[in-house]
Amino acid sequence: MSNQTDSNSGNSRETNRGANMSKVTGKPVDKAAIRGASSSPVSSHSLADVANARASKLGAPTTGSTGLEAKNIHAWFGKKHVLEDISMDFFSGTVTALIGPSGCGKSTFIRILNRMHEFIPTAALAGQVILDGKDVYEPGVDVTKIRLRVGMVFQKPNPFPSMTIKENVLSGLRLAQIKIENEAELLESCLRRAGLWDEVKDRLDEYGGALSGGQQQRLCIARSLAVNPQVLLMDEPCSALDPGSTLRIEETIRELSASISIVIVTHNMQQAARVSDYTGFFLSDGGPGRLIESATTTEIFTNPKQKRTEDYVSGRFG
Amino acid sequence: MSQTMIINTPQKPWKLTPKQLLPDLLGAIFTVAATFAIVAISPLKGKLGFALTLITMSILVSTAVSWIRQDRKAAMNSTTTVLVYIAAAFVIIPLTSVLYEIVRLGAPSLSFNMFTNDMSQTASEAPLTEGGLLHAVVGTAYIVTFATLLSTPIGILTALYIVEVKGRFAGLVRFFVQAMSGVPSIVAGLFIFAVWMIQLGNSYSGLAGGLALTVLMIPTVARTSEEVLKLIPADLREAGLALGATQWRTVAMVVIPAAKSGLITAVILGIARVVGETAPLLLTLGGADALNLNPTQGNMSAFPYYVWKNLLLGSENAVSRAWQGVFILMVLVLIFFALARYFGAAKGAPK
Repeated sequence: MSNQTDSNSGNSRETNRGANMSKVTGKPVDKAAIRGASSSPVSSHSLADVANARASKLGAPTTGSTGLEAKNIHAWFGKKHVLEDISMDFFSGTVTALIGPSGCGKSTFIRILNRMHEFIPTAALAGQVILDGKDVYEPGVDVTKIRLRVGMVFQKPNPFPSMTIKENVLSGLRLAQIKIENEAELLESCLRRAGLWDEVKDRLDEYGGALSGGQQQRLCIARSLAVNPQVLLMDEPCSALDPGSTLRIEETIRELSASISIVIVTHNMQQAARVSDYTGFFLSDGGPGRLIESATTTEIFTNPKQKRTEDYVSGRFG
Repeated sequence: MSQTMIINTPQKPWKLTPKQLLPDLLGAIFTVAATFAIVAISPLKGKLGFALTLITMSILVSTAVSWIRQDRKAAMNSTTTVLVYIAAAFVIIPLTSVLYEIVRLGAPSLSFNMFTNDMSQTASEAPLTEGGLLHAVVGTAYIVTFATLLSTPIGILTALYIVEVKGRFAGLVRFFVQAMSGVPSIVAGLFIFAVWMIQLGNSYSGLAGGLALTVLMIPTVARTSEEVLKLIPADLREAGLALGATQWRTVAMVVIPAAKSGLITAVILGIARVVGETAPLLLTLGGADALNLNPTQGNMSAFPYYVWKNLLLGSENAVSRAWQGVFILMVLVLIFFALARYFGAAKGAPK
């Protein structure tokens, strides 16, 4: 990120972004965050400053939908209790980062949100996931419709090898048997939103496997956008990518957060501080994973309430 | 070193220099020379004696050369390397020998009339310019097509049940498929003979032959397809499901296309398993010398039957006809497999 290496240009960018955000979300800009970004010198290593520099879109959800809410989620694999009593609210149009050491149940948690959890034979669950006021685990709910509204991007880029770039992007429509009028338009808009259009517009009929890892991951993002989800779950989307590709994907996340809500699992603290509005810290002390603290990203990185959160974000463990 | 010393042409600095290669070359020459000498002075005689001596000598010499030049570890490495080469030779020599014999005995007397005539008006002893094996071509085409059409969907669906659906009986089904793949082919023929022909009262026909081959082909197709489907990464399936697809759509649009070339290989292996089967056909086809275009009625011939019959007759021309049958079957199968591979090749990322 530029604000780590060059404080001047970083500041001006953050300020601009703050202004943009306010335009997109229609929310008053968080004055404090912008002031923090433009007046204080940004030290190169403080996550708190990175978090501050990002103008958060805080507060109540934007118009219409009430977003996604997890209520008292417990999860088991066989007899092993892996998640205990997780309640989290994901506001529309915001980015929520889930951080925590490996094996604390972050991935399990986001797979519960779009009902991918149930593909593991030994999995069990308690609690509710409320999407627009309805529990997605209610009997009779069409699970394929849930997954259309809550999309997912995986840790490893996984474009469909038998399909071209174009077919990959539009595969969601075919898989869910949705008919649309203007495929070319959708193709371009999805690839643009995923930040990939300029790189692939002349090679749409090549196979997805021919792209680089970072491009493949953005192709997967474009693919999940084509079915127009309300929520996009991202399970460590940058963990297999180089810094340049990571940067592009973070830009993509920021652009997307204007229109959909994003939940991102990440081991990269810098990334959480850079892209998210809210952060949840998960931890397991040998037993089931718990949500230790959940607050705005600025708060988690500048003024965490829990000692364990502070230790983790400051790199003293984990 | 000055700037001009740097060479920018592609080099292979890891290649052995002629000087380094010299001991190996001398070793090889010594091996061959010593073998000749030993065979000449010892009671070992003939090709077998020569081959055994050559193998022993090459192991000893290469081990000794490496030990002298380097150390014990290098000697062990040379020993195993030579053993692996010998093992490869043991596989390649019989195969090429079989191919060579088939071409030598089957190819020269070929004529075009083979593909236009049957043996209904010709005795096997007649000159090779008369008669032909059209009836065998048609018969094999019928029964193999029939077996493929039946066993491909059954085999692949069985594999999908085991790998994708993971149903309650997946383990049991896999066990039975494995058991079935060990069934002797004559048992498959006997099964169709007992059930389809005796119980249900059908006569000899291409259909009955095809059914017998289907019994043999299903396990091969199912087991190979299962292995191929297992290789498809789980995250591709999850990606499909996460896009709001049903399991069926995911399998049909993501898993099967990704496994396409492997599934074609499974079918090819299945065909290769059954195309040369003779025993089950003797019980189900009945055998014939005349062309029979009706696969549901009447005795029929096939390549294995044609070869078997002519070989039994034993006269010079009949045996030549048998070799021609083997040769033409081999060529037809080769062409068919090449076409299947060509059209089934994965177009996406290299495997």
